[in-house]
Amino acid sequence: MQFSFTSEQEEFRSVLRRFLEDKSPATAVRRLMETETGWDRAAWVDLNQQLGLAAIHIPEAYGGQGFSFVELGIVLEEMGRALLCAPYFASTVLAATAIVNAGTEAQKRDLLPAIADGSCVAALAFTEPNGRWDTTGVQATATAAGGRFRLDGVKSFVVDGHSADLIVVLARRPGSVGDDGLSFFTVPGNAAGLTRRPLKVMDPTRKQARLEFQSVEADLLGQEGGAAAPFAKTMVQAAACLANEMVGGAERLRLSALDYANLRVQFGRTIGSFQSMKHKQADMLVDVELAKSAAYAAASAAAEDDPELPAIASLAKAAASEAYMQTAISTIQIHGGIGFTWDNDTHLWFKRAKSSEVFLGDPAWHRELLMRAWNV
Amino acid sequence: MTEMTEASVRAEVRAWLEANWRTDYGLVEWRNILIDSGWGVPTWPTDWYGKALPVGLQAVVDEEFLRVGAVGVAKAGIRRLAAATLLAHGTPAQKEQFLRRSLSGEDTWCQLFSEPGSGSDLAGATTKAERQGNRWVINGQKVWTTSAHHADWGLLLARTDVDVPKHQGLSYFIIDMHQPGVQVHPLRQMNGHASFNQVFFTDAEVLPEHLVLDVGRGWAVATTTLMHERREADGVRNWGKSSSGTGRIYDEERAENATVMEPYKWYPQRAGRVDLVIERAKAAGVNNDPVVRQEIAKLLTLQKSAEWTARRARAAQLQGKPQGPEGSLGKLASSHVARASARVHTLISGADAMLTGEDGAMGGVIAEILVSVPAGSIAGGTDEIQRNIISERVLGMPKEPRTDNDRPFRDVPKNLVV
Repeated sequence: MQFSFTSEQEEFRSVLRRFLEDKSPATAVRRLMETETGWDRAAWVDLNQQLGLAAIHIPEAYGGQGFSFVELGIVLEEMGRALLCAPYFASTVLAATAIVNAGTEAQKRDLLPAIADGSCVAALAFTEPNGRWDTTGVQATATAAGGRFRLDGVKSFVVDGHSADLIVVLARRPGSVGDDGLSFFTVPGNAAGLTRRPLKVMDPTRKQARLEFQSVEADLLGQEGGAAAPFAKTMVQAAACLANEMVGGAERLRLSALDYANLRVQFGRTIGSFQSMKHKQADMLVDVELAKSAAYAAASAAAEDDPELPAIASLAKAAASEAYMQTAISTIQIHGGIGFTWDNDTHLWFKRAKSSEVFLGDPAWHRELLMRAWNV
Repeated sequence: MTEMTEASVRAEVRAWLEANWRTDYGLVEWRNILIDSGWGVPTWPTDWYGKALPVGLQAVVDEEFLRVGAVGVAKAGIRRLAAATLLAHGTPAQKEQFLRRSLSGEDTWCQLFSEPGSGSDLAGATTKAERQGNRWVINGQKVWTTSAHHADWGLLLARTDVDVPKHQGLSYFIIDMHQPGVQVHPLRQMNGHASFNQVFFTDAEVLPEHLVLDVGRGWAVATTTLMHERREADGVRNWGKSSSGTGRIYDEERAENATVMEPYKWYPQRAGRVDLVIERAKAAGVNNDPVVRQEIAKLLTLQKSAEWTARRARAAQLQGKPQGPEGSLGKLASSHVARASARVHTLISGADAMLTGEDGAMGGVIAEILVSVPAGSIAGGTDEIQRNIISERVLGMPKEPRTDNDRPFRDVPKNLVV
């Protein structure tokens, strides 16, 4: 397992940080979060033309850059820090990873290059209104119809599902249960019979949609009935990625709280000179650094396809969820009244922390997965 | 001098061990041969028993010793801190008198810093050293002194001037522990062990030549000792590892370790024994209880995250990068781990957590965890001091306002020592 970044990786991070500070200041976040789409296509194209970020972990054979999950983790940490409004998690992390894991060689050659260059934004529709993060929640059905399939059912909590060009859908053979009979399918975003409704999300910087399928024609992705394993792998890799995104946001909050404590004067002195504030900041640093270590371990395990990955990814997701949320709570507390206002930026990250705490499974769920992975 | 590379050092130490290492030596006899050769403390200067080896190559020497099972110089206990401190600040005569016998294990040491009235505020020591004729006369009390009951010498921080600010009125002495003016009483802890002592000085005497550095510069010397103590803190676990070989020298080494390590036998319990949690949950039949599973997972998440943070710090150190924040959090993180572990052990043990000794879970080991964990967040710098250090030195926040540094020590409010 890798416990430090190479100088190339550090350099990549600092380039990325400067780029995102420039392209995604809080004013840009606030502008995009008020739109229904939630992101801007011109900015997305710009991001991918300049840095090729959408392609980062996609293999070179499919038009990607062929980097590992460590580099992807760096990208996500920086995006979480900048709270970038872009369909990156939906398209590159979830959909592209699912296609890499499940697709046939021909399908990967067909689908991935457009996702890698950013011209196609994809989304992964797996969760349903029941809100379960594993296959037990999948009720949408796929019925074979003359070499293609017809999808029926409702998907929910689909990140960027209302704006994606391509939807990767997890559905099951009618009558099947659990891990059996599951397959991935691809559907164009504007397919006939597909009704997409943006959900009213608490975190407006990451949009979600409800997708209703009524006899929608779909193409099979990968092996019919064989989606359980690639889906499980995708979820584990995505949890590792989300943990990295979350620790980036947590660190940004921690630093903003520190800056504010050093500026704000009460009782004739900066509040940062009070020991209660200093100790709170020390505790916040411990929380964030420990969660970062777990997130880095998960990215490294994903890069090496370590058999321990399922355990480490769940551990990292749980750790990042707790640390991000606790840091968000403390950051508002340190800001006092102004931290509760709409004009102060803290709530933007607070809401991302709350949404991410639950997204892909809450800490309690991941702790249970960890216990199962370690055979307790 | 020829350039020292890993290969050249390995070849040299290997050849020397082949020519000299035998298991039928007495422990002290062998260590004196080792000290004369320079391989006992190879990173020390050549004038004082070393070879001026770069610190990075120490591991090569250790590997070669381990390979043939050769015994090294005396490592465990306070003698190591004494040797490092005197090497840095001692006079040639002090080095001559003490270094060799500390390395050979003939002399044992204790550290006389903490007092009932000064814990976190170590520089507030009030034990007095007064010059009377050709002697220093010591009066006062020290506490938390590991191994004082069998120490030959003590590293003593004492006040020589109350009319200057606190840090400037301290001096550092080497005190002979075998004298009537020094009384050692064991201090019983809440876990029943008595690994520490209280040391009382009543007109105890110190020779003038046993003052280290100058009068009034004791704090600088104490800082050196404390720096080595922090550096060695991780090493405590490896101190007591004796070779498993047979032969006179190994028997003597095991006997030495048994004595030195006796006070540290409950330290694993102090750290919380996370390693026992899963086995205990299964043995108690509660490993399928969802609450227990959640609590175990929380604990393991914390512990693994802390372990990986330490690995990050070490990796950065090996790459020669400046120390990041991850390097300053270990002590505080280990307090959190230990406390979390004690909670989980309690949850797992249920009613048995009320019992101790042979009636308690695991023959009393679990009870010992529960009553030992509170020490970890106090010893070696309390959690509160750690938070001050992190916020001031790592985060650059304002230092605590002080009212004790800018006036004579005699005017600083102090504890009433009963």
